[in-house]
Amino acid sequence: MSTYTPPTDDIRFVMTHVADLDGILATEQFGHVDADSLAAVLDEVARFMADEVAPTNVDGDRIGSQWQPDGTVVTPPSFAPAYDKWVASGFGAMPFEAEFGGADFPWISAIAVQELFTSANMALSLCPLLTQGAIDAILAHGSDEQKATYLPKMMTGEWTGTMNLTEPQAGSDVGAVTTKAEPNGDGSWSITGQKIFITFGEHDLAEQIMHLVLARTPGSPPGTKGISMFLVPKFLLNDDGSLGERNGASCVSIEHKLGIHGSPTCVMSFEGASGWLVGEELDGMKNMFTMMNNARLSVGLQGLCISDRAYQQSLEYAQERDQGTAIGAEKGTSSPIIEHPDVRRMLMTQRAWIDAMRALTYTNAAALDRADAAAASGDSDEARRWRELADLMIPLSKGVCTDVCNEMTSLALQIHGGMGYVEETGAAQHYRDARIAAIYEGTNGIQAADLVGRKLAMRGGAVITDLLDEFESRAEELGAIDGLSTFADRLAEAVGTARTATAHLVEHGPSDPRSLLAASGPYLRLLGTTVCAGLLAKGAIAASSADDFDPAFLEAKVTSAKFFGEQILPTTAGLLAAVTSPADDLYALTPTQLL
Amino acid sequence: MNVIVCVKQIPDPALPGELDADNTLKRDGKLILDESDSYGVEMALQLVTAAGGGAVSLVSMAPNEEVSGLRTALAMGAEKAVLVSDPSLAGADALTTAKVLAGAVGKAGDYDLVIAGTESSDGYTGTVPEQIAEVLGLPSVTFAKSIAVDGDTVKVERQTEAGYDEVTCPLPAVVSVTAGVVEPRYPSFKGIMAAKSKPVENVTAADLGIESVSWAQSITAVEDAPAREAGEIIEDDGETFNKIVEYLDNLKVI
Ligand SMILES: Cc1cc2nc3c(=O)[nH]c(=O)nc-3n(C[C@H](O)[C@H](O)[C@H](O)COP(=O)(O)OP(=O)(O)OC[C@H]3O[C@@H](n4cnc5c(N)ncnc54)[C@H](O)[C@@H]3O)c2cc1C
Repeated sequence: MSTYTPPTDDIRFVMTHVADLDGILATEQFGHVDADSLAAVLDEVARFMADEVAPTNVDGDRIGSQWQPDGTVVTPPSFAPAYDKWVASGFGAMPFEAEFGGADFPWISAIAVQELFTSANMALSLCPLLTQGAIDAILAHGSDEQKATYLPKMMTGEWTGTMNLTEPQAGSDVGAVTTKAEPNGDGSWSITGQKIFITFGEHDLAEQIMHLVLARTPGSPPGTKGISMFLVPKFLLNDDGSLGERNGASCVSIEHKLGIHGSPTCVMSFEGASGWLVGEELDGMKNMFTMMNNARLSVGLQGLCISDRAYQQSLEYAQERDQGTAIGAEKGTSSPIIEHPDVRRMLMTQRAWIDAMRALTYTNAAALDRADAAAASGDSDEARRWRELADLMIPLSKGVCTDVCNEMTSLALQIHGGMGYVEETGAAQHYRDARIAAIYEGTNGIQAADLVGRKLAMRGGAVITDLLDEFESRAEELGAIDGLSTFADRLAEAVGTARTATAHLVEHGPSDPRSLLAASGPYLRLLGTTVCAGLLAKGAIAASSADDFDPAFLEAKVTSAKFFGEQILPTTAGLLAAVTSPADDLYALTPTQLL
Repeated sequence: MNVIVCVKQIPDPALPGELDADNTLKRDGKLILDESDSYGVEMALQLVTAAGGGAVSLVSMAPNEEVSGLRTALAMGAEKAVLVSDPSLAGADALTTAKVLAGAVGKAGDYDLVIAGTESSDGYTGTVPEQIAEVLGLPSVTFAKSIAVDGDTVKVERQTEAGYDEVTCPLPAVVSVTAGVVEPRYPSFKGIMAAKSKPVENVTAADLGIESVSWAQSITAVEDAPAREAGEIIEDDGETFNKIVEYLDNLKVI
């Protein structure tokens, strides 16, 4: 039951018909990439992930990564061979600068590779994911020497990276970190402190680990303004670039956790470890933010990935398990459970949300690419427009996909009945693995706060209303297509609901920040669901007249979008009251009364 | 040392296949590299590396100038390909295929060795490599589980039911390679990008001097594989192991 069928057609469909891949490839920056080569690359990545990585997923969960008393961490035996082949493939370097061994491909292509990897094995995929984050940080803020020294091997994956933010007292509140950095006088710093929850902080997949560590320098102001970013290699480098002495950074234990057992979550102890500043002193938090978009989008993508993997398995089970006689089936016969309406609803709900999540995350990636391409060509207005759209979509991608993923993996498990609750089928693994995505990389509570704080404030809410305007015209276009007028009506209504909600928050938010934050969770879901529907409508319109895919495939795309629009999208109306109600309702009971 | 590998591009076995009116497999969609040919490609790449130089070339026959499967083999490291694409060859039998591929081998330049899979994963006739050898007038060695080239000769470990034979034969020769004997590499990103610009020469049957193509073999009927028969259920009464031993003994497996 551990097979994975890579959805290469679905990916290609969303890229071409929703995220406007052609538009990305028409820019000067990405003009060197052609759609056929990209498709050829994705086909090979898909085959690699299905054949080599997907089979490691169950072992990864059952065996897990193990901490050894000597401070090393042993990953499940199937991981290293798969990881070595990943390094040999060179796929990880695709989206990065050619100067350091990359290929200058658009981010959307990296997102596709990431989807395939994450669905194949989420726990293992975290290692290249964190490496990617570290690469981003060094690329954006590192010195030329740091880039030349570290990036080539990090891009291939021969060396891996980590992000060390969290400390026991500093989780959502990153400004509370206490890890110290003292200057050594020779340009290096001495880092001392304890970090917790560090993904792949120690492991046996690569010879070298580059830790990016947030720490405080002497005399720095309190809070986020006093934080600097340091590069702390596991092994110090000799002058010739070879690995030298072990640095003072070690893994003192790993967590026993609900899911992603293959991914070691490390307590890291830094004891006078040698580190080097990345970017300017005190710019740590600001610099962290420049790479936050990519990281948050990737975690949102995990929501899509695990939903899809769990869905594939539940779809197979629904066709194999016979139980009861479905309406219309011959009396006395036993029907596959897929014939029961309630099971169909669970399958359709998963299917529609998976299409929605893919539309959302890939469009988000495309906006990042268009912003980069416009900035590179010197068109600052165009760059700002795409950047705003990308920024708006980040908390939606992260928050909605990872919340929904908990529901979808739960449905996939439910379809298995009692067998879903026992570990043997593997349905439970997806449910457990998925659960972390709503928590790390900024909890979904923090995403919601980001949406109603920073994102709603962009151009006084106009970034959101511009997008809603676009969806409103799309609803009209949709209504003209045979069979899609109900979807069109629901879309227009949902746009209206989203307008009301947005206008309410824009008007009352500034004077009543507590109510604004109280509304943030339901508003995130309301707006996110509406944006998903608007993007699915775009795909449905394209699919209605396209001929570049199998007709049955295109028909399924339209049907799935229509189901989302008619049966899932209307739930947004029910969220409006929670958005417009004052926070007082939430505080009406004292903590004692809450007992 | 130059090696030519015959590779077949087949409909994705993961998808439900369909038959044409003449009972041959429908091949009008996207085709992929037959997995059983990926071993030959890998073997050829290893031989060329071991020889310290030379090139691996591909020959293939496929409809609609299909190159997807060839691109995979080129991305693995082959240098060029000759593709025979000709509507008159649709549904060709094994011997015709062998004649066409032998002609394509002639177009692919100098060679020391021709490698093919023992049988394709969609047709399973398992006769084409030997027929190619006959058409080319070359020695044929089948079921290779390993190949080593030593000067003008090739040493092959030839898989048999009992073990393997050690066969030595002069070059050039046609050797068919058993599936699963080497681990085919995955194309790397760089390999895939490089494959884009590697030459694929498209030719027709006529270009190979093969005129008035026709064949005597046809598929008269296709039947579903018989359903698996119900197994025998033995209740455990504490002595069941005897029955299992007896059963296995009857099968002559113990
Ligand atoms: C498996 C795993 C891997 C991880 N990997 C890494 C890693 O590689 N590097 C790293 O640095 N960290 C990592 N983390 C840490 C992770 O990012 C934090 O756990 C997360 O940011 C939440 O912090 P916390 O656990 O302290 O929760 P808290 O911040 O204590 O949050 C508890 C609850 O309070 C809510 N809350 C807190 N503050 C606010 C607020 N201001 N407004 C509204 N709600 C709020 C939260 O939403 C949450 O529901 C990982 C964690 C796990 C479990």
